Amino acid sequence: MKFSFTDDQLAFRAALGDLLAKECTPAHVRDAWTNETGRVPGLWATLVDMGVVGLLAPEAAGGLGLTMVDLVLLLEETGRHAVPEPIVETAAFGVPLVGDPSVTVGAAPELVPWADTADVIYTTAGRIDRADATLLPHPSVDGARRLFDVRGAFSPVDTPADLAAAFDRGVVGVAAQQCGLADRMLTMTVDYVKERKQFGVPVGSFQAVKHHLANARVALEFARPLVYRAAYTLDPVHASMAKLKADSAALLTAGAALQCHGAIGYTTEYDLHLFMKRAWALARSWGDRSFHTARVAAVVL
Amino acid sequence: MDLGFSPEEDQFRAECRSWLEANVPPTSGPGRLASGDTREGFAAHLEWERALFDARYSVVSWPTEYGGRDASLWEWLIFEEEYYRAGAPQRVTQNGIFLLAPTIFEFGTAEQKDRVLSKMAAGEQTWCQGWSEPNAGSDLAGIQSRATRVDGGWRLSGQKTWTTRGAFCTHLFGLFRSDPDAERHRGLTYFLVDLTTPGVTVRGVERLDGDEGFAEVFLDDVFVPDADVLGEPNQGWGVAMATTGSERGLTLRSPGRFLATAQRLIDLYRSGGAPPALCGRVVAAYVDAEAYRWQTFWTVTKLTEGQPAGAESSLVKLFWSDLDVELHELALDLLGPHAELLDGDDAAWMKGYQFALAGPIYAGTNEIQRNLVAERVLGLPRK
Repeated sequence: MKFSFTDDQLAFRAALGDLLAKECTPAHVRDAWTNETGRVPGLWATLVDMGVVGLLAPEAAGGLGLTMVDLVLLLEETGRHAVPEPIVETAAFGVPLVGDPSVTVGAAPELVPWADTADVIYTTAGRIDRADATLLPHPSVDGARRLFDVRGAFSPVDTPADLAAAFDRGVVGVAAQQCGLADRMLTMTVDYVKERKQFGVPVGSFQAVKHHLANARVALEFARPLVYRAAYTLDPVHASMAKLKADSAALLTAGAALQCHGAIGYTTEYDLHLFMKRAWALARSWGDRSFHTARVAAVVL
Repeated sequence: MDLGFSPEEDQFRAECRSWLEANVPPTSGPGRLASGDTREGFAAHLEWERALFDARYSVVSWPTEYGGRDASLWEWLIFEEEYYRAGAPQRVTQNGIFLLAPTIFEFGTAEQKDRVLSKMAAGEQTWCQGWSEPNAGSDLAGIQSRATRVDGGWRLSGQKTWTTRGAFCTHLFGLFRSDPDAERHRGLTYFLVDLTTPGVTVRGVERLDGDEGFAEVFLDDVFVPDADVLGEPNQGWGVAMATTGSERGLTLRSPGRFLATAQRLIDLYRSGGAPPALCGRVVAAYVDAEAYRWQTFWTVTKLTEGQPAGAESSLVKLFWSDLDVELHELALDLLGPHAELLDGDDAAWMKGYQFALAGPIYAGTNEIQRNLVAERVLGLPRK
């Protein structure tokens, strides 16, 4: 038993984190709320160059030939920076299906985020090329997630087993993003309550505030290992457990972060909402609480 | 990352499983051991401890010279999983083997190790923890019981309270104020006290569940030789903190215990017709038990790679204590009107519930643990 990441894996995450801290700041995410694509101009090409997008593709196909254990930390990092790109849809779900790391994939059971800028789109109806699809836009509470109702002649290209495995990779990927979002919201809030003074002292010195944030830290501590375990086993039930705990951690942290910030967190001028709204959306995508609870129950109960 | 156990570890698991299956006392019916928190049950549990010791299963992680197997942390976790999976009895020796022993291994003299550890492992010496006092609970540094220097040793006076199984144990380990001019966590000394020494009076106190599991220990000019000081005089706080790390974290509550409880909960859920309204909570509790297991594996990997555990032990204590309450509360909800019954095999759930309710209180209340997480893990200001 060795339940840890290698130095190489940690170094890759650190490199991606450094990059995103510059290339995907809250200002970039905010811009994605209002620009044409809902994405960060130029960022996707950088992620492709770094090898993040094609990480699971074989080296012969232009990928890195690595595994979900390598990818999971990187996806966590994309959550931490609220990266508004179809990175889970492409890197975790789509690339192994289409076998080509240069293709951008949009995927969701029903409403597909960033479908307009994808090359290939998956829904429960099957697969369709963007060029053959008709897209009806829907706004999301997370302004950077451009959702589309995808219409057209889908075809069942992939085997059910391949699709199921791809779905579980996506579930693990989104669970990892939720951990990153939770971590980011917690860090932001810790920084804020250390500075913000009321009654002559930092509000972070009050036990009521401390306990909210300690609870968030506990939730994250016990979500991450399930996410990393699922990335290793790729077992559907393990993926569901990971998603359940990661969603809980992200939602609990979002609530604690909002409460501990007070009114400033309730504005759109402050950055917290960029992360909070992503967490709200992801908690109900790639299978919501009912779906994953039922999947665990079917095997365990 | 490699999430499998080695063939040797699998073999060790198989050995543990087969011995436990052949030797664990019945978990229901007339052969079931009485509660270890009663005088009669404590004696019965010590017989079980003796059987464990004779088979060298009482302290698997200890060196062989003290009755252990030199087991690795991984093997210890495997043993614990098998122990609770088999429905084996509570460990009435736990405060000695899990709380005091690590401190003796770290701070004890060779003479102390030889004198105490094997007898502790065999259940011949049973140890209770003398920390809490009437005016020192969560605020442990408020200890007032005092130690006065005399020729060849010390004289102890004062009162310890909420001493688990104090009425049945032979020995007590505790902190006493040895420097009357020092305040708070300075000037304390860690003592090992034989409870048969003249001047010791122990009064059992009935706990929430009706068992005499608590005690008050009164010390009136009790002589303790220098040989029973653990660590250096006046350095007791630092010595004791080594034990709190163990209590909050890994050693007191291994994941095997909660995995086994979660499995019994699932059995109860099935036998009760799987009420759909409780399905989500049962799944959530099971997932939490799994999360605890994997967080432990994560931590143990770090420990074996030489990284310290640190303040994260407070996170762990918060999680398992809340989980234990939820597992039992959920069982009572599944039992419905039978939950209150004190006869029959299902009564173990109400018993366990009352025990679980102590979890958020002992070993530093969860409010204190949340402060520690906020201050030492997150870096929030103390004031």
